[in-house]
Amino acid sequence: MSTRLARGGRLIDRATAHEFTFNGKRMAGFAGDTLASALLANDQMLVGRSFKYHRPRGIVASGAEEPNALVNLGQGARLEPNQRTTTTELFPGLAAASQNHWPSLEFDVGVVNNAVARFLPAGFYYKTFLQPRAAWKHLFEPVIRASAGLGRAPTEADPDRYEQAYAHCDLLVVGGGIAGLQAALTAAGTGARVIVLEQTAHWGGRAPVDDVLIDEKPADHWVAATVAALSAMPNVTLRLRCMAAGVYDHGYVLAEERVADHTPGDGRPKKRLWRIRAAKVITATGAIERPLPFAGNDIPGVMLASAVRDYIVNWAVSPGDRVVIVTNNDDAYRTAIAVHRAGLTVPAVLDARTEADGDLVQEVRSLGIAVHLNRGIAKVKGGRRVSGVAVCAQAGEGAVLDEIACDAVAMSGGWSPVVHLWSHCGGKLIWDEAQAAFRPDPQRPPITHDGQAMVAAVGSANGLLQADEVLADAIRAAGGSGPAPKVHAPAEAAMVPVWMMPQGASAELRAKMWLDYQNDVKVADVQLAAREGYESVEHTKRYTTLGMATDQGKLSNINGLAVLAGSLNAPIPQVGTTTFRPPYTPVTLGALAGEARGEIFQPLRRTPMHDWHQAHGVYWEPVGLWRRPYCYTRPGESHADAVKREVVNARSHLGLLDASTLGKIVVKGPDAGRFLDMMYTNVMSSLPVGRCRYGLMCNENGFLMDDGVVARISDDTWLCHTTSGGADRIHAHMEDWLQCEWWDWQVYTANLTEQYAQIAVVGPSARKLLEKLGGMDVSKEALPFMHWAEGTLAGIPARAFRISFSGELSYEIAVPAGQGLAFWEACIAAGKEFGLMPYGTEALHVLRAEKGFIMIGDETDGTVIPQDLNLGWAVSKKKADFIGKRGQERTFLASPDRWKLVGLETLDGSVLPDGAIAPAPGMNANGQRNTQGRVTSTYYSPTLKKGIAMGLVHRGPDRMGEVLEFPKIWGGVVKARIVDPVFYDKAGEKQDV
Amino acid sequence: MLILECPYCGVKAEETELSPGHEAHLKRFGPGSSDEQFESYMFARKNPKGVHFERWRHTYGCGKWFLAARCTATLEVFGTYPAQTSEPPADIVAKIKARRPNWEGVK
Amino acid sequence: MSEAASALGNASFEGFATIREIGPMGMIALRAKHDLPQLSAALTAVLGLGLPERRRILTRGEVRVGWMSPDELLIVLPYGDVAATVAALTQALAGVHMLVADVSDARCIFRIEGEKAAQVLMKLCPVDFAMLAPDELRRTRTAQVPAAFWAEQGGYTLVAFRSVAAYVMGLLTHSAQPGSELFPG
Ligand SMILES: [Zn+2]
Repeated sequence: MSTRLARGGRLIDRATAHEFTFNGKRMAGFAGDTLASALLANDQMLVGRSFKYHRPRGIVASGAEEPNALVNLGQGARLEPNQRTTTTELFPGLAAASQNHWPSLEFDVGVVNNAVARFLPAGFYYKTFLQPRAAWKHLFEPVIRASAGLGRAPTEADPDRYEQAYAHCDLLVVGGGIAGLQAALTAAGTGARVIVLEQTAHWGGRAPVDDVLIDEKPADHWVAATVAALSAMPNVTLRLRCMAAGVYDHGYVLAEERVADHTPGDGRPKKRLWRIRAAKVITATGAIERPLPFAGNDIPGVMLASAVRDYIVNWAVSPGDRVVIVTNNDDAYRTAIAVHRAGLTVPAVLDARTEADGDLVQEVRSLGIAVHLNRGIAKVKGGRRVSGVAVCAQAGEGAVLDEIACDAVAMSGGWSPVVHLWSHCGGKLIWDEAQAAFRPDPQRPPITHDGQAMVAAVGSANGLLQADEVLADAIRAAGGSGPAPKVHAPAEAAMVPVWMMPQGASAELRAKMWLDYQNDVKVADVQLAAREGYESVEHTKRYTTLGMATDQGKLSNINGLAVLAGSLNAPIPQVGTTTFRPPYTPVTLGALAGEARGEIFQPLRRTPMHDWHQAHGVYWEPVGLWRRPYCYTRPGESHADAVKREVVNARSHLGLLDASTLGKIVVKGPDAGRFLDMMYTNVMSSLPVGRCRYGLMCNENGFLMDDGVVARISDDTWLCHTTSGGADRIHAHMEDWLQCEWWDWQVYTANLTEQYAQIAVVGPSARKLLEKLGGMDVSKEALPFMHWAEGTLAGIPARAFRISFSGELSYEIAVPAGQGLAFWEACIAAGKEFGLMPYGTEALHVLRAEKGFIMIGDETDGTVIPQDLNLGWAVSKKKADFIGKRGQERTFLASPDRWKLVGLETLDGSVLPDGAIAPAPGMNANGQRNTQGRVTSTYYSPTLKKGIAMGLVHRGPDRMGEVLEFPKIWGGVVKARIVDPVFYDKAGEKQDV
Repeated sequence: MLILECPYCGVKAEETELSPGHEAHLKRFGPGSSDEQFESYMFARKNPKGVHFERWRHTYGCGKWFLAARCTATLEVFGTYPAQTSEPPADIVAKIKARRPNWEGVK
Repeated sequence: MSEAASALGNASFEGFATIREIGPMGMIALRAKHDLPQLSAALTAVLGLGLPERRRILTRGEVRVGWMSPDELLIVLPYGDVAATVAALTQALAGVHMLVADVSDARCIFRIEGEKAAQVLMKLCPVDFAMLAPDELRRTRTAQVPAAFWAEQGGYTLVAFRSVAAYVMGLLTHSAQPGSELFPG
């Protein structure tokens, strides 16, 4: 059994006990525990089930590489699936539950998959998919879907806060072990701005666990002194619990800081995403130990040798009373020493090598521990827990020579440098024969904006696994030259790669040798894939799912690759690695979203009258990022009823519209007229001062992109109105041409959209209202249709434009935004006697559709030219050039054979479905029905008391009176007659009074 | 995520402060041009793997368009310069030639 | 005549820094080539301030002139002085190619105050604060919207567009929450 040792534990505080629960069972741990160490201290070795076969899974590792020990953490709204127990810090009241089992962890129905494992081989999903289709859909898929997925997703909104922050530095050091700390110290000494990130809650990395002596003292001393020195430097920022997730172009690094992960509900942000810009990055990310592939290496109690000593040294947790060590290198002997020192038994060290006489080996022998060479594990015995191992010759086929009773196995297959961050942005790897590992190739680093190396790997991450080489490497990489502190590390003999144990293992054994614990990929699966013709490692990965689990193959990749290479009789470097992609370990979606949720999910643009609308029954419509009133409902009124009322009232009495969202761009300068003649299809230079003109804007392709009324303010100044939401785009479009094409033209623009509140006063009583507000002459004589004037209204400086988008007598009044609400309220108060009602965008649409006015975005979709909309009158024939002129000359646009704007009147008075399409006889080349027109705008007209619509119809204006059939989505057709699009006041008498 | 120095305001802007504007130094063909010229102006883009001249706007800064010479494969930036020029400046061309001896030059 | 109102009625929030919406504040956009000989003289005559260097903002009492782009300046001044200043600048620059526009109502303006004020902005703006000059006017992005800010006694002043004032207030409030300091202690 696993238990807490009576003494030791460099990271725990025995004076502070924390209670927690696992699957509802109450347990206790100490401050400084990880959830994994606390579970082991409570003899909870079994923590989950594997993904495919639902095999019992125990804790294998002690850090970010853990593939098995994932839990549902927290409850209710704070539930988080797939949380790694080895990186989860214990806190009081923590509640964890195991995953991927039903009905319970101890008894799991899904384990039947295990019994039929030979029917679930590599590529099972792909192969099954090819079998009778019906079998997939009705038999396999439902079962697989029900049992798939590890954790449960929370069903409530996350109550925690997240944020992001930007940081800049000359050097970012990733990893707070002795390599990272030394690199930081060296660089900081030159005055460089340095940031150091460490993913765990502690500085020092492996060195303190591995008995490294620095300057004759245990590494802990040097670590503490170095951290103290760095903390005192103003140019250094140290950050614990901060995982560098990815390295991107030009020194951009994303890192996730676990700010309050271990103190939930304390008001601090749970996590913070750092967006770091580093001139240079040093990865001191260490190395990860590899498992050994032997039969039963997935049984709970089989752990990495380094993890076994981490649990003993850091957390005073014994993984078992009798620990068999199995290794191909000297480093694992440290575990034998640690187990022995803890007062536990090492029945044997099984060393796959034929020779072993390094310092550590000799020390182990001197402790009286049996060391057996050329030995391996034939098979681990036990079900939910290791009970012993069968010993065999590594050189043989697995004949059992001996059996050793034990309750834990510490395995070491050698070490793989953590090259993820080096590789994210293109750093290349070389194969290190001596360590049987890929390490960064210093000749081919990822490069940054100036073509220079962006990342340097140091220490174990650079393939230097002996502590005495690490500090000198760190000093070199950080640009230092001084001598490194003296490091004492025992001399280690060479490791010998072991990709299968024993080397001649039978098929039966190979089918029980796990490579990927979480996704259940075994040696036999990779070999099968190779036999089936998978030669590319990227293909094999996807076919077998090797390395595709949440741990992304941190333990399995190299072993799997070696097995594949062995099967293909190819050298490992020739087979190559899969691509390393961010994030290094999973990043919470909340941290990626940062502050962008709830009220500040995105910028919501408000007009100065926003709060008034809100207080008066508004129903909002999003228009770009703006919110505009769609209509104002009265108690008991539907939206449709409100729209009808607003339309009728504007036509019969007086309506008020918040038009502040219209773009307002001032264009000024000696060349402004010439410039606007290029921007608009019609002529703007000839517009007299004091007058307004409706204008169309096309893109260079000739297609309509915007429209609006242009007012000539003075001799050299024009004011261009754009569509709502179009202001920024059109302003940028103007600036683009001014800056990049006609940079010698003397024109300045200014986007004054938000400077003004704009209020449309619409209806037969519009003039009476303005006269009542008083301050300027708004009579027909003083301010005729399509003119503008400046003055004051209700004591507020105002510009009045006599323009109409409704067909009624109408003024648009622009006032400073800061007085917009005051002006609006003055209108509301003064308008009472005239029956004034505010109206929203839907009434605006109905009013304009009754008049046959087009709307950008309804009648246009980026493929429509002005001529299609019968707006040829607004396209100058005289101008030599304007943006879009050449585009419109192309034959297919100049052809009369196009879909053109018409009105559509249903025969039964109903409202046509929006977007409905009129089919034409025959089929096109794709076997689809031909079409001859579509509905672009469709409304119920309260004025005409029937459905009206506009649409684009093939040669439409030539087909007046013809009846088209528009199929409805749910069957049936609506018949509509092609008519003039102007349904109301064709002569335009009402607006010009 | 790129960093490009705006030649107008001198800010080393990150990509989120900028808007991309595709290939630089296009010659506009308006009325009177042939269909081939117009097609080439509107649609034919070099899209090279390697040295590329492109337009960027310092949208969240000074609002100005500028041009950048950049390697699309390695993201190395050879320089940025104002948009009011019809061809890349000589110093940037020289720098590209130094860094990319096999570069075929401005076409 | 009604009083001009700021976008948020001078809302405020006390976190690890103090956030205050201030204003209404007078603001004038002046577009002109900075090497225009008349420009510097006009600024001196009308405002008592010269032409700011690239990305700098000059201050004299309640009046500021900031460099926005190679052909744009931002003048910040008391709201009530705008009309007269626009007229004076227009007159002083008569006959030259330029554009003067009152943009006071198009903007919102915030103060972020306290020793840790920079930490609020470091969460929202991709800016290297250590490299900012003391009198630098920095135009950038605040989360998803454009903004400009400069350091002033005891904190920063930030200008954004009026329509997104509530969004910016939300950002600043979120970022100044007590306990969320980037550099505790
Ligand atoms: Zn700029």
